[in-house]
Amino acid sequence: MSVNATPAGAQAAAEAESEQSGGRHAAVPQQRSRRGSRAPLSENKRAERRLGWLLCAPAALVMVLVTAYPILYSVWLSLQRFDLRFPDERQFVGLENYVTVLTNDFWWTAFGVTALITVVTVAVELVLGMGLALIMHRTLVGRGIVRTAALIPYGIVTVVAAFSWRYAWTPGTGYLANLFDGSAPLTERASSLAIIMLAEIWKTTPFMALLLMAGLALVPEDLLKAASTDGATAWQRFTKVMLPVMKPAILVALLFRTLDAFRVFDNIFVLTNGGNETSSVSMLAYNNLIRGLNLGIGSTMSVLIFITVAIIAFVFVKLFGTAAPGSDDGERR
Amino acid sequence: MAVESTTRAKVRWGLLDVVVVVFALVPVLWIASLSFKTPATLTDGKFWPREWTLDNYRTIFDTDQFVRALINSIGIALIATTIAVVLGAMAAYAISRLDFPGKKLLVGVSLLIAMFPQVSLVSPLFEIERQLGLFDTWPGLILPYITFALPLAIYTLSAFFKQIPWDLEKAAKMDGATQAQAFRRVIAPLAAPGVFTTAILVFIFCWNDFLFAITLTSTERSRTVPVALQFFTGESQFEDPTGAICAAAVVITVPIILFVLFFQRRIVSGLTSGAVKG
Repeated sequence: MSVNATPAGAQAAAEAESEQSGGRHAAVPQQRSRRGSRAPLSENKRAERRLGWLLCAPAALVMVLVTAYPILYSVWLSLQRFDLRFPDERQFVGLENYVTVLTNDFWWTAFGVTALITVVTVAVELVLGMGLALIMHRTLVGRGIVRTAALIPYGIVTVVAAFSWRYAWTPGTGYLANLFDGSAPLTERASSLAIIMLAEIWKTTPFMALLLMAGLALVPEDLLKAASTDGATAWQRFTKVMLPVMKPAILVALLFRTLDAFRVFDNIFVLTNGGNETSSVSMLAYNNLIRGLNLGIGSTMSVLIFITVAIIAFVFVKLFGTAAPGSDDGERR
Repeated sequence: MAVESTTRAKVRWGLLDVVVVVFALVPVLWIASLSFKTPATLTDGKFWPREWTLDNYRTIFDTDQFVRALINSIGIALIATTIAVVLGAMAAYAISRLDFPGKKLLVGVSLLIAMFPQVSLVSPLFEIERQLGLFDTWPGLILPYITFALPLAIYTLSAFFKQIPWDLEKAAKMDGATQAQAFRRVIAPLAAPGVFTTAILVFIFCWNDFLFAITLTSTERSRTVPVALQFFTGESQFEDPTGAICAAAVVITVPIILFVLFFQRRIVSGLTSGAVKG
């Protein structure tokens, strides 16, 4: 049941590591991709290419059609006044929608809420996730049980978990609300935000932990033993041996959790429905579209969210260079 | 001495295990407990039900609203999973075994999709699907699910495919097997566990979605359960739907619990391989 018994994880993690260390040297392509005979006939080669393209085409086509086209279309819609309740007033208005949104207090409140939730949850999850990863990786007893239990928050439908938290904090009904003299925490802003974050953290810490565990599997046992023999304390072994080796895995986990946290929607929808200024940007975009039926403004928000996410991803990649996944891994496959 | 210290270490780890298990299970047990409470005891604030009842389950399975949503959920998730795994397997095979230009691009594109903010698609897809007549239909949900499941499928599958000893195929052919036989008898059994694991992960993804489901549907025709829960009103307008919502929530949690119980190791290995890659 050791981690090495899950070869996919260990191997992939090891490869991810080699990607990080060798990633900058883009000029080491195709070491492993060509298999079989050494002298490829050009006819064979061409057939291989054709087959490769043919096999990838459907997946690539679907992915591009369902994302690239709509996002471009969204840019086009965002330049128009387009309210489905008043379809006759549809007209091209240039950047007017952007001015409307960017000078709107609701937008910036939602943006602040989203940023706060993202920063707090990702930070807490990193700490808790690291703890959970260590437990799942190193525990001497019940490793299977711990891993199974940890997968439940990961797998459970977010909406279901959100209902569970909502009822837990509902005065009268909830076991948690009663701890606080039957107050109604979901009717106040600060406590609502805290509960939203709690729900997010509960749900996604296991995912963080799994990513970190893949990194833990890379830490050589010998190194830990050697450090231990040399008198390093547990904390020193953690900071001086484990963390440096795990750095790539940590960065990948951070990147993915940050982008994911920024999209927070389900929990807020169920817990507060955006009341008391707890809307995230996703909530706001949803409200403008479905409740307001304002396609122009909704699309403008879509585009702005897309740009924000792109900037976050870009900053991560710039700051951490090759640590970002996919920066150079195509040819190593 | 040594034995004693390992015993103590075991106890310590055991306690940590208990903390994790409790942390993970309490919200699930709570909603299950609520679903078994009678209307009279629903608001007593106790963690465990004092009186048990199955009425909430009877109610939801008697209503068209829930049954219809459950069928939608199952149908849409299964179809999307099947298509995503087939397309993903084709691409993953090419990525892990063939050499062709554009491979890097495909990997890059799927990485971008994995990071793509889904909410950005909500407005344009709403309008596009309205025009195409896909709004509030199964395909209208299946399409975005496939798209966002594909990166997961491709990464996980190519990690698994790379571990298959493909030389066995050649060996089988040398022993006189045809290409088809070699694939069916040798490669397919080796690839099956990876494909199966990927299917579970993709299914969980589709099963969980709420954002697309609530924006791209408007009636019971294609509403999935997570969305239908928002519209539960109870038997009469004035009845509190809490019990029914909890029962429905438990029903859609059961498959997840079963997957996790039976395939824990596979899910963990699939997630760590696919996730680290992207």
